[in-house]
Formats: sequence, structure tokens, C-alpha cells
Amino acid sequence: MPAAGLSELAGSEASLRRLLHGLPGVDQVGVEARAAALATRSVKTTAKLWAIDTAISMVDLTTLEGADTPGKVLDLCGKARRPDPADPSVPPVAAVCVYPDLVPVAKASLEGSTVKTASVATAFPSGRASLSVKLADVADAVKAGADEVDMVIDRGAFLAGRYGRVLGEVQAVREACGPARLKVILETGELATYDNVRRASWVAMIGGADFIKTSTGKVSPAATLPVALVMLEAARDFTEATGRAVGVKVAGGVRTAKDAIRYLVLVNEVAGEDWLEPARFRIGASSLLNDLLMQRSKQRSGAYAGAQDFSIE
Amino acid sequence: MAFSRFPYAPAPESRSIVNLRPSYGLFIGGQWAEPADGDHFKTESPSSEEVLAEVSSAGPEDVDRAVRAARRAYDEVWAPMPGKERAKYLFRVARLVQERSRELAVLESLDNGKPIRESRDVDVPLAAAHFFYHAGWADKLPYAGFGPSPEPLGVAGQVIPWNFPLLMAAWKLAPALAAGNTCVLKPAETTPLSALVLAEIFQQADLPPGVVNIVTGAGATGAALVAHPGVDKVAFTGSTEVGKQIQRAVAGTGRHLTLELGGKAANIVFDDAPLSQAIEGIVNGIFFNQGHVCCAGSRLLVQEPVAEGVVEALKRRLATLRLGDPLDKNTDIGAINSPQQLDKIRELSASGEAEGAQRWTPACPLPERGYWFPPTLFTGVAPSQRIAREEIFGPVLSVLTFRTPEEAVEKANNTTYGLSAGVWTEKGSRILYMASRLKAGVVWANTFNRFDPASPFGGYRESGFGREGGRQGLAAYLKGPLDG
Repeated sequence: MPAAGLSELAGSEASLRRLLHGLPGVDQVGVEARAAALATRSVKTTAKLWAIDTAISMVDLTTLEGADTPGKVLDLCGKARRPDPADPSVPPVAAVCVYPDLVPVAKASLEGSTVKTASVATAFPSGRASLSVKLADVADAVKAGADEVDMVIDRGAFLAGRYGRVLGEVQAVREACGPARLKVILETGELATYDNVRRASWVAMIGGADFIKTSTGKVSPAATLPVALVMLEAARDFTEATGRAVGVKVAGGVRTAKDAIRYLVLVNEVAGEDWLEPARFRIGASSLLNDLLMQRSKQRSGAYAGAQDFSIE
Repeated sequence: MAFSRFPYAPAPESRSIVNLRPSYGLFIGGQWAEPADGDHFKTESPSSEEVLAEVSSAGPEDVDRAVRAARRAYDEVWAPMPGKERAKYLFRVARLVQERSRELAVLESLDNGKPIRESRDVDVPLAAAHFFYHAGWADKLPYAGFGPSPEPLGVAGQVIPWNFPLLMAAWKLAPALAAGNTCVLKPAETTPLSALVLAEIFQQADLPPGVVNIVTGAGATGAALVAHPGVDKVAFTGSTEVGKQIQRAVAGTGRHLTLELGGKAANIVFDDAPLSQAIEGIVNGIFFNQGHVCCAGSRLLVQEPVAEGVVEALKRRLATLRLGDPLDKNTDIGAINSPQQLDKIRELSASGEAEGAQRWTPACPLPERGYWFPPTLFTGVAPSQRIAREEIFGPVLSVLTFRTPEEAVEKANNTTYGLSAGVWTEKGSRILYMASRLKAGVVWANTFNRFDPASPFGGYRESGFGREGGRQGLAAYLKGPLDG
């Protein structure tokens, strides 16, 4: 299915609904069993070291608090550029993710590094604002230098079956992003069913998402293995059908190196190894990075370092 | 290779937990005994061809001793014992199986060739579950719907196969013992070891001597057991061919018989199925335990509108299967259990090609030592071909297509077997429509190869008769209204 054909199919509310409801259903028991089976993969020694470094390079180091300050963001940017000052072989993370008003601080601090500046937008996290306010939010972030924009979909419209409205917003934001990469947050914890996760993934991808992202991190449950599995399948199938590569970002609840490796196994065996790079897979997290660093030094030295051996930020 | 970027490093389960003795006797009357004629045979690991241990071969004299020990235990101890006391022993056995689960799993993978992931997550936990479940029935038999005081049959002679050695022992022993019978168990020739560790567990549990006796050996040992006049009940799981011989041997003797034999199950995928999960179900249906499963979904019936997509998705999925060392925790496909079985799989696969079906296997290097067969897919299979009719008992899937639900039923039932079937559709009414028309003892809906001790399992037609598991399974070990 070429991309042009898809947007034609998605042209009216009725044809979009037919397209989305024509996607094969997801059996809850089956998808959860498959995710649980893949979680038993045993990743050791050289494979573990490779996975830890790969995971570090995929982290979107995130702070999204009302209490965020330029100081806090600067600390985070330092950590992002050089996660472990004692070991220059540790790769930098993929991006630093902040609220739009702190984008200038992050952008300036990350200048000259490979680390991207990502900004949430569109009345994050609830998305409860008019489209014009959301677009202004996006324009603000992009103007301040955001390389990547993380938008939220209108879950209320989605659950009410107004798929066209959700699609229209994604398309409008896509346009407002200009050259910036667009990540579309589905907030799967509010979508409730795997069928909805698959449909929302397709709406976002048809609308022009570069990444589909599980969660804001503000709603529980956030990312889960079965949800990620459904989204990875959707990204794989869309990429295969249209030739346009779409990535997946899991966010919220990924705290340990073990969790991160389980997601990488899922990426490897479901979407395929083309997704094993920061351009196609991201992990949005804050505390995860230090556990990755701790496990990395354990793998190399054979002994665990203490928590105080790694900077908080 | 499918995973060149992220190859999982070897993650072998340690085998040091298994303490194999160099030689095993027969377990008769609670004691280890050498066979009367001193005959032994070797059991090897099918993944490495390494000899694991030497095992006794029981002759007619040994079988006779075992049956007499079982009779004595039946008359003097086990049948008169109150059900609540029998239950305590069974609960103890169940707990000991759990305690020694890692050892049993490693041993099972060594002797059988199946991946440790399966022996660890399926075989051993289910074996424990069967003992737990039936322990619960032992003191409730008067309320199970078989009358106020159901009676056991006596001595059960039980012959089990090599595909799930420990689990099949548990399936056979647990209901028999719960109902008050005593047992003589004959494990398969190629996989005797886990049953012998189970004998150690019976000793650990202080099970009264003679309640369970284990005689190892080949087909002749099994034949001596089922023909022994002191056996009141014969239970067999294995090939249809041997099942027919046993039915002939038992006919006219008045002895009870249940048979759980072969299968050629249809796994039916409708165009409205949850396709990703159906792919997993198809893979699990035929490649679980290398396809050495009597209820394996060896015939895929897929509705024409989605046939092409399903085959494509299957091929992509098969390319991710990891074949190799059964003790590696990431192995999906282990070794074929014996050279004889490997020959049979090769012969039937060759017939598929000769009869015009298209054969496909993923790039899958096979280890040099041991017995291996790659996951294999046949498309363009006609219902008349041997690979669509005969049980291959290996990792070989035959793909057929259908147009309407009626045609699916007709094709699914067009077999001499009738053990299991699978239906994949999001439409609830269609599941019920299919389930009521499929001639199979088990019909799975949107899943496959799921087992539970509470669920009766057994077949139609040449797949045998009698049920194992659930309340229905108890009937096979209790006197019915027509028994004196």
C-alpha cells in the first residue's frame, strides 16, 4: 500500500474508520503470552554489553516537572553528553526531553554534541486545548530550536470514534514541525485495548509521525511489553507497506537495565534488527540511565559500583 | 543468520545439578533391583549422541515381579487407605517435583532433546500441577459423580511415550493413584531417566513400597506388561500402530483399556482472525517440542483471502526461531529424539516434495552431532498427499487452504484421527459453530497446545479413547456401573 493510497483511504471519517477497523484484531491473551515468552530471553556477557551501550544511545533523558529550572536542565544536559565522566567510552544519549519553555536552555547546552533537543508540546500531557493553542505550543518549541517534538493525541476524540479529528491534528502538527522530527504520544494507558493501540498507531503514522510513542509518563500504566509489541508490529507493517520508516518510543516505567534489554529483545524479534538504532527506537526515561551505567561497569569490572559512584544528573 | 546485529551470547543452563548414576536398576516394591537376566541398554542425549547412563531392560520375569508387588501394595495398603491419606502422599510428591524442578528440567532436556525453556516452563510445572490437582480429588471421589463409594480398578499397567517423559508419567500415575489403584509404569526406551528420578522422589516421599513400580525397557517390556494377566487396567500413550496391537492383546480379557494415540490436527485460520497471534499459535502448534506432540497442529487450514499474507508472515517468524543446544535458555527448537524418528521425518518430507508440494525452510545451520531437522513449511499441499494425511511427528507444517466454514469443517474432519483442532477467528459465534462440528477431543479457540490438569484430554477415532485430566479422567481408573 503506497503512502498516497493510504491518505486517500483516510480522506473521510467513514473511509478512515473502515481502514482502521479493517486491521486484524489483537488477541489480548495471545499478545501478552508472546511478550511474556520474549521476556524470558537470556541476554548475557557480550550480548549484554552490546545491549547496554545500545540502550544508552537510545535514551531520551527526560525531565517534565512543574519544578524544572534552567539549572536542572543544564545538569541533565551534562549527563546526556557524557553519561559517565569516568569512562569516555560510554556513548551519549539520543536526546534530552523538556517542556517548551526550557528548550533554549537545553539547545544551548547541547550545542556541538550529537544529543538532540526534544520538546513535548500540544498541551502536554492531557492535550486538552484548542488546536490553535496546540499549534502555537509546537511553533514555540520549534522556534526555540527543538529538533524533535513529542505531541499527544486527543484521546477523548479517539475514544469517541472521531478518528478524523485525531488524524487532522497530527497532520497539522506535522506541518507545524517543519524539519523537526515528530513523535506522537498515544497514551496507551488511556486507550485501554490493544485494538485501540493498533488503530491509534496507524492514525499517527498516516498523519506523518516519525515515531509513535506509548505514553506521557503521567498516566499509569505507561509502557508495557505487550503494548510495545503491538506498536512495533504496526511500525514494521506500516514501513513495509509504505516504504517510510517509522520508529517506536517507549516511555514511562522503564527503570532498570533488565527492563531496557527486554524491550531491545522485543525490537529485535518483532520489528527486526533495522529498528535497533536510535533513529528507530527510543526509551524515554530518567532513572534508567544510571542503572544502565551501573550494569555496564559491573559487566566490565565484575563488581558492582555503589549508587554514589554515578552522578544523580 | 537472522540476528547478526544482536546475537544473544550462549546462555546454557548448568547441568551440574543433575547427578546421574552410571547405571540404573528397576524400581520394584520400593527397591532398586537388577533385572533377572542382567540385560541393560544405554540411553543417549539426542543433541550430542553422548551416552548418559545405562538402564535395565526388564524381561517377563521382572514385569511379573513388578505386577505382583503392585498387587500386594494394592491389597494390603493403598486401596484400603482412606482417600485423605492417599492425598497426603500425592501432595508430597507434587511438592518434591517442584523442589527438584530445575534438576528434572535439565535432565529432561538432556535425555529428550527438548529446549530447556519448554522443560522448565511447561513439562515440569505441569507434571507438578497434575499431582497437585489429583491429590485434591483423592478424598472427594464420593462427590465426583461416580456414585457414593467409587472403587478403584486394581493394578494399572501404563506405557508412556518419549515426547513428554515426565509429564506423561504424571498424567498416568496421578489419577490412578488418587483413585486408589497401584501402578506399573513402563517409560519409553529412549527417555527413561526422568521417570527414574521420579522413583527417587517416591522414595523421598515415603510412598508405600509397590504402589508405583517402574520397569524400563523396549517394546518387548511394554508388550509383556500389557499382556500380563495380573494387570486390571492398561493405559497407553503412543503411536496408533502400537495402540492397535495393544487393543488386540487386551480384547476379550475383560481388562480396562484407554488409548491416547496419534493425531493430524487441523489449525484453522479464518480471514477475520487476530493474525499476529494466529501466527504465534501456528508456530506454537507445530514447532513446540519439535512437533513431537500427538495433538500438534500439523495441518494449517487457512482461508484463501489471507493465505498469502499468513504464509509470508510465517516465513518471517520461522526465520527468527533458534535451533540448537537444548540446554541454552534461548533455544526454541531442540533435537529430534532419535535417529529412527529423524528417518521417519525425512522420509515423509521427501514424499511431500515427490508428490508436488513446495518445501521451505529458513536459513538454519544444523549442529554437526546429534539428530536435527530444521523447521519446515510445505505449501501447495493437496489433501490427498501423505504429508496431509500421515502423522509426521516432527517440525513440519503442511499448509492447505479453504474458502468457506463448511469446507474448513469438511477438510479438518477428513482424517482418520481426531485428537485436537484449533480455530482462529474474532467471531464468537463462528468458534461455537466450528467446535460443535469438528470431530476432535480438544478444540482450542484463538490459542493452541494449552494444557491444564482440570481439562480432560483425549481423542476420537484412531486417536484413541478415554480421557485424561479433569473429573472425566478419573473415570478411567474407577469401576463403572457395569463392572462387578
